[in-house]
Amino acid sequence: MRKFVPLGNEALAQGALDAGLSGCYAYPGTPSTEIMEYVQRSQEAAERDVHREWAANEKTALEAALGMSYAGKRAIACMKHVGLNVAADPFMNAAITGAHGGLLVAVADDPSMHSSQNEQDSRYFAQFALVPSLEPANQQEAYDLPFYAFELSEKYAIPVLVRLTTRLSHSRADIETRARIPEKELNLPANPLQFLLLPAISRRNYAALVEKQREFEVESEVSFLNRYENGPDKRLGILACGLAYNYLMENYPDGCPHPVLKIGQYPLPSKLVGRLVESCDQILVLEDGYPLVEEKLRGYPFDAGKVRGRLDGSLPRTGELNPSLVAQALGFEPPGPSYPAPDIITGRPPQLCDGCPHGDSLTALTAALEDYSKGRVFSDIGCYTLGALPPYSAVNSCVDMGASITMAKGAADAGLRPAVAVIGDSTFSHSGMTGLLDCVNANSPVKVVIVDNETTAMTGGQTSPAEGHLERIAVGVGVPEEHVRVITPLPRQHEQNVQVIREELEYEGVSVIIARRECIETAKRSRKAEKAAKNGG
Amino acid sequence: MADNVKYDVILSGVGGQGVLSIAAIIGIAAVNSGLHLKQAEVHGMSQRGGAVESHLRYGSRPIYSDLVPHGKADMILSMEPMEGLRYVGFLSADGVIVTEKTPFINIPDYPEIDTVYGALEQYPHVTLIDAQGIAKAMRAARSSNMVLLGAASVYMPLELAQLEAGIREVFGRKGEKVVASNLEALHRGREAAQD
Repeated sequence: MRKFVPLGNEALAQGALDAGLSGCYAYPGTPSTEIMEYVQRSQEAAERDVHREWAANEKTALEAALGMSYAGKRAIACMKHVGLNVAADPFMNAAITGAHGGLLVAVADDPSMHSSQNEQDSRYFAQFALVPSLEPANQQEAYDLPFYAFELSEKYAIPVLVRLTTRLSHSRADIETRARIPEKELNLPANPLQFLLLPAISRRNYAALVEKQREFEVESEVSFLNRYENGPDKRLGILACGLAYNYLMENYPDGCPHPVLKIGQYPLPSKLVGRLVESCDQILVLEDGYPLVEEKLRGYPFDAGKVRGRLDGSLPRTGELNPSLVAQALGFEPPGPSYPAPDIITGRPPQLCDGCPHGDSLTALTAALEDYSKGRVFSDIGCYTLGALPPYSAVNSCVDMGASITMAKGAADAGLRPAVAVIGDSTFSHSGMTGLLDCVNANSPVKVVIVDNETTAMTGGQTSPAEGHLERIAVGVGVPEEHVRVITPLPRQHEQNVQVIREELEYEGVSVIIARRECIETAKRSRKAEKAAKNGG
Repeated sequence: MADNVKYDVILSGVGGQGVLSIAAIIGIAAVNSGLHLKQAEVHGMSQRGGAVESHLRYGSRPIYSDLVPHGKADMILSMEPMEGLRYVGFLSADGVIVTEKTPFINIPDYPEIDTVYGALEQYPHVTLIDAQGIAKAMRAARSSNMVLLGAASVYMPLELAQLEAGIREVFGRKGEKVVASNLEALHRGREAAQD
């Protein structure tokens, strides 16, 4: 066994590689990014030429993974939880087509919203699509999981959702690896109609999918991810999903006295759940995310206090779990702080780096908008969203990838002049281009500022899908060439930049202002790499 | 290594200060000592100059939780004095705080530094270390984190040789000079804490 101390994301990636992965498809998003990054760094993946390029967004990523599955090979699509919203169309429909080569959709949820705009729980998406979902409890399970999941996917010709959460994605532990299995050969589905979702075929496929639900449940009853651990004290039974199992066991270093059902595969195994519910007086449900299992156990009308969890206040309804919250729910004296935090501590929110081009772009934009009332700047998902905080206080919205342009359009349609969108280059290529086409077609006079730092910065500097093409895309979509302006966001260019933006604010039509300067973090890194190459060579 | 080791550390600092490189070296040292490890990192938005924390746990028995329970940390190891205070809720009654002395001020309302030192002095085991000063005096300003790690090593149940091996592993590809100055920084920090 080699020594290996991976992040949960890296464990999943290595497990997928060792389980015969042929293609990884992803768009970066915290906390999922390191799955693809690991595959990209892997020498083995390079030698085998496993597909490992970033996709333009999660939808294109999942569709390409589905195509690889069609061609008989094992593929994984990776994204953060809100990325699955973008990929919802192929996800829901891939459940109807089914898979051919093993297909995993790895989704990293972010309870407590460490780096996200919501804490939606992807287990609901799996339930919605009627596909099995797997939730590893630790790094070892994350590594072992793809071997099992690809087989499950191929056995039932079904995509399998793998749900991770931030704490597992971004936590390291020592694990053991196993022997590698070869990739699959190219081979097409036996049934040429399988992926043809015309209504008549869809109805058949859907009926078959519904039929498979019983088999999925049988698989859950015997899955290595689900485990019944009996205990003598049956006053309480505990159902612990994913990582919550760790927080439970942390409170019982010498073993839990109560029966415990550890859950890591859905649909829920009703026999195992039934055994727990029937043999215990009360049930405590521990799950990170929404109270999905708890709601099922309560049923309707609400039971008479047998089931405890997030819905009765035993645990907080929102936010991620931790060992201390679980201790409280178990009735232990809360381990609570020995020391309260002193009140002199002030908050330290994240902020734009010193010398960040976005700072200069936002300063110029704010100056150009000086003569207008506030509340006109629709922003998007990226580092520049930090422009909402002081000292900039320069943007007024942040909703979802691409929403800056289309929200500005709606506001412009309502009569707001000027209405400005601020969007990054990578976000623009992810979901901004189609919105810009809407603006052109409706002649909605939106001012789109593309803050182009030539990278996907917030997630650590991945490639930006439309790098080098932004002007051509804007013109190609139909923005008049003379209203596609390029500025260099630097303090010494401030006056000029303000002038360019002012001119475009006065124009009654669609404008695109590209504020282009490389992210200082990636610039630093490439300077370092150049220096190292020079010294080395 | 004894078979009853269990040690929980909260590492704290400001995004970009190198919290993760210290964590990586302790992690390597623990795993090479045959111990189990769990280490929860912060990635994403907070890394942009915000408060960051890493939970690092190692021990001879398998570790369940990736997070240290409140009131159970054996040590807070901080790259920044106020950030050391931010996580005292995790510290056990007899836990140790080892922190850099020099503040990192990137916010307008950073408290008066003497009130920060004053607050730190309320805790029973505090080592304030001028790691940046020591590293600068060595003409190796970027090794200040290793000075801090050296100071922390006085308390941590890990062999010094394993931390040294961790430094070689993490900095090895940057050349022998970088390794040597980081090793020296580790020793200087250790000496400073023992004084």
